[in-house]
Parts: sequence; C-alpha cells; structure tokens
Amino acid sequence: MNSVAVSACQISASIGKTPVLHGIDLQLPAARWTSIVGPNGAGKSTLLKVLAGLLPARDAGGEVGLLGRPLHAIPVRERARLLAWLGQNEGSADDLTSYDVAMLGRLPHQPWLAPPSAADHAAVEQALRTTQAWEWRHRPLAQLSGGERQRVLLARALAVQARVLLMDEPLANLDPPHQTDWLHTVRALVAGGGTVVSVLHEVSIALQADDMVIMAAGRVVHHGACREGATHAALEQVFDHRIRVRQIDGMWMALPRV
Amino acid sequence: MSMPTHHPRALWCALWLLLASAVLLLAGVGVGSTGFESVLRMADEPVARQIIWDIRLPRTLGAWLAGALLGLAGAVAQGLFRNPLADPYLLGSASGAALGGAVAMALFGSSPLATQWLTRVGVTGMAFLGAAGAVGLTLLLAKGVQHTLRLLLAGVIVGVVLGALRDLVELASPDILQSMQSFTLGTTSFVGWMACALMAGAWGVCSLLAWVLARALDGLTLGEATAASLGLPLAPMRVGLVAALALATGTAVAQTGLIAFVGLAAPHLVRSIVRVTHERHIVLSSLMGAVLLLAADILARWVLAPQELPVGVLTAALGGSYLLWLMHRRTSQGAVL
Repeated sequence: MNSVAVSACQISASIGKTPVLHGIDLQLPAARWTSIVGPNGAGKSTLLKVLAGLLPARDAGGEVGLLGRPLHAIPVRERARLLAWLGQNEGSADDLTSYDVAMLGRLPHQPWLAPPSAADHAAVEQALRTTQAWEWRHRPLAQLSGGERQRVLLARALAVQARVLLMDEPLANLDPPHQTDWLHTVRALVAGGGTVVSVLHEVSIALQADDMVIMAAGRVVHHGACREGATHAALEQVFDHRIRVRQIDGMWMALPRV
Repeated sequence: MSMPTHHPRALWCALWLLLASAVLLLAGVGVGSTGFESVLRMADEPVARQIIWDIRLPRTLGAWLAGALLGLAGAVAQGLFRNPLADPYLLGSASGAALGGAVAMALFGSSPLATQWLTRVGVTGMAFLGAAGAVGLTLLLAKGVQHTLRLLLAGVIVGVVLGALRDLVELASPDILQSMQSFTLGTTSFVGWMACALMAGAWGVCSLLAWVLARALDGLTLGEATAASLGLPLAPMRVGLVAALALATGTAVAQTGLIAFVGLAAPHLVRSIVRVTHERHIVLSSLMGAVLLLAADILARWVLAPQELPVGVLTAALGGSYLLWLMHRRTSQGAVL
C-alpha cells in the first residue's frame, strides 16, 4: 500500500454564497497519477484549488494534508517547493520570454533577490526540453500559439521539481501529438516517485491514469483504479450514459454513444 | 550555455537612455528665453550664471526626475494591475495627489513657489496620501483588478470625483487659485533645487522598493493563484507596491502638477524595444519616462519661444494620440483591451 500524498477531510467550499463542494473525503496515494473527472460544474477545479491551498480560508472548510502534514502548518515557501500548481486561463505573461516564465518556477528555490543558480538554469532547461519548448525559449509568450504557450506554462510547473504536481486542464490547446507527450511526461514523473493529480475533460486520456476520482454536484461519487469495471460503470453513469467505456488495443477509451 | 541572450539588449537600452538623458540635460540648460548665450556668458556674468544655475538646471533636472518617477509609477501600476492601460493618471491616483496638494496648500496657505522645506514636504506628503487613497478607492470601486473595463471606469470616476472635490477646495480658498492653475496644467517652471532633492529622494526609495518587490510582479503575470502557489507573500508585497506607486505619483504631482501619459507611454515603449522581467523593466521604464518628459519639456519651452507651453498640455496632446494609436493597434490585432 502506497503512502498518502494528498488527503482531504470533510472539505467544503463555496464561491461567493454558492456552496460548490460538500464534505469531501479523499486519500490520494503517493507516486501515482490520479485524474479527476466529472460533468461541468461538478466542482473539480475548486477541489483542486482547495487541495493546493489556493482558495481563501473564508471560502473553504475542512482539513487538507500534504505528504502526511497538515497543509496550513507548512511554511508557504516550503509548500511551494513540495507542491506545484498549473492552473487554467490565469495570466498570460505576454511580455516575458518563455525562458523567464519557466524560471518563475524556480522562485521557491531561490533566496530573496538572489540571481538564478546553475541548478536553476539546469532545471529550467530540462523542463523546457521536456515540453519541447526549448527551441523558442527567447520568444515572448505573446508571439506563441495557444498550444505552444501551454507547453511553456507546463514547463514552468515542471521546473518547480515538486513531489506533488496539481494540474487543472493541462491539455487545453494541446494537439494530439503533444497530448501524447504530456502522457509520457506524467508517466515519467510518476515512475520517478512523483505524485500527479490532474483535472481532465478528455476522459480517454484521464482513463490512462492509475486512479480516477469521479465527481458530480460537489461530491465524490467514485474513487477507484482506472482499470476496474466499477470505475467504468460509475463513469458512464455520471455522464448520463452518453459515453461508453471500451477497450481498444489494450487501452481503455471513452467513446460517444450514438 | 542556457543564459538568456536578451539581457545585453536591456543593458544597451539602458545605456542609450542614459546617453539621451545626458544630451537632453545639456540641451535643457541651453534652451530658454535668453537662449544659449547665457551658457557662454556664464563665466563672467552673474545674471547669466543665476539663470543657468538657479532656473534652467534645476528645472531641467526636475523634468528628468518627474519623468523618472512617472515612468516608474506606470511600470509598477501596469504590473500590479496586470493591465497594459494602467497609468497613474487613468487610475485616479494623480487626481488624488492633486487633491492632496490642494488641501495642503489651502491649509498651509502656501503656493508651488514656496521654497520652505516644511511646506514642500507637507504638500508632497499630502499628495502621497491623496494618491494612495485614490488607488484604494479605485480598487474598492472596481472590486479588484480582474476586470479591465471596470478598473479603468472606476479610475475615471475616482478621477472626476476627486477633481470636483479639488475644485471645491479651490473655491473655498480663492487665494490658491493662481498656484493651482499651474498645478492642473502641469509645468516644470516652479521646480527648484529643493523640489529636485525631494524627487531624487523619492526616486531612490521607490526604485529600491520596486526592485525588491519586482518578483511579485513577475509572479503575478502568471495569475493570482499561480503566484500564490510559488510561495510569494502577495498581500504585503501589494501594499509595498501600492506605496511605491503612490509615493512616486504623489511626489511628481506635488512638484510639477498633473502630467499625463508619461507613465502610460514609457513602459509600452520599453516593451516594444526589449521584453525583460520586472526587475529590469521598471528601471528601463523609469529612464524612458525621464527621457520622454525632459524631451517634452524642452519642446514645450522651445516651440513657442520666447513664450512657453505648460509641458502638461503638450504631453496630454501627444500622449492622448499615442493612447488612441495603441488602442487602435490592439483592437486591430484582435486583442481585447
């Protein structure tokens, strides 16, 4: 049995006055990839934000744990080194070059006002090469396409070299070959002992994860291994049986029911 | 091996701006109602020496420093509010500073000509408080920085309301009307050595503050959540940056009055030359603002010589056209303002 990387106990959250999450309990194992899926408005992104400690305390209740410690008890800079975050549609950073953007991922490692160290440069180069963004490291983000930009932002998150990586819709704007690359990247991270949690709309990609959390209306309706029949049944159920889960060439896929 | 190659370009940009500053400083000393002759006769004529030493030199240096403060304020505002149109003028902070200055003048019965340290510092302090209050009010009205249009509208509303309050203060104490007029037009004619010293001090403090907090601005380009996930203490850093913004705007406005668009244009011009992280961007924007305002000031003194134009009128006319062009370019590129 793996140890727990991220735990949630009785998580509730609201945006404005609208309750979004209702009493969520989760134990996400370390060194595994967990994907979170569910219909629009199920509260997936909000849950991920709560797990990352990014929702203001007045909007969230319950206890989140990171690597066996209460999240709120970990100093912010140490937390930033343990847990990396990749959000969706947040900022554009149009005016910075790809290299400078990826270097921002090293902020938690740098002493205040210190210039980047050799280790920082090495981490940034590795991250940019992993997402195949090294070629245009000197170009500002404003001059990149949506997919290229997403690869730079992914490299920024990878450059943190955190043990836990939370990603919200990381495949946005990525074309199929780069979605495959992303899959390899995540697999490599997990093989190296990292923990990945991703909110995904692409159900077929989400099915390639180790575990799946299925959400609906602010609650977790199922949490299990991606290859289990019960997970597939819950998946079909939560999407109103509008999709079918089938095995093709040894991979589980979600197909539209026509 | 992996060092970004654009930093030499930033260095070259800084060197060119410093060179331009030096050339403009010399030109500024030479331009005036008595022309360049004063410079030549400075050695043996006390009057000529006085013109150069007590009028032209502080005024020229003052224009450079005021521009440097406004350029810095603009770069900080655009980074802090993640909004390319943020500017001390559009955010209402300049109007707040002018109101603060008017209240101080009405209370102390002083004028922009006042050279006593205390009144100068008093007016500057009040202008700083006014600028900080106005930024706070704008943020409150806009309910944060997320919505560009709401932010700019709130800034315009705050600017108009504070402008009306300033009018009321002026009406209540008519003896400050004369000095307030030059204040609202924006002019460098009353800048003496004392004002220069104040602005230089404020510039030092603001540059240091902005440089120390520049990483927060870099982090914020990735959005609030990501910046927080990087372990940046955003709340105290924001307070520090708003303080730098207000101090820079307040000090500049207290010495030279309302000078529009320098804070908006300087960071944009820098970005069109070189794109660097805020640590360098703020310094370059500050130098660019200094060069812009000094050039505009020399132009304002020279274009109708021996008459002179208030430099605020010139920057408003030139800057307004620049803003229109910027908006046109952005919309034609399909970017949402």
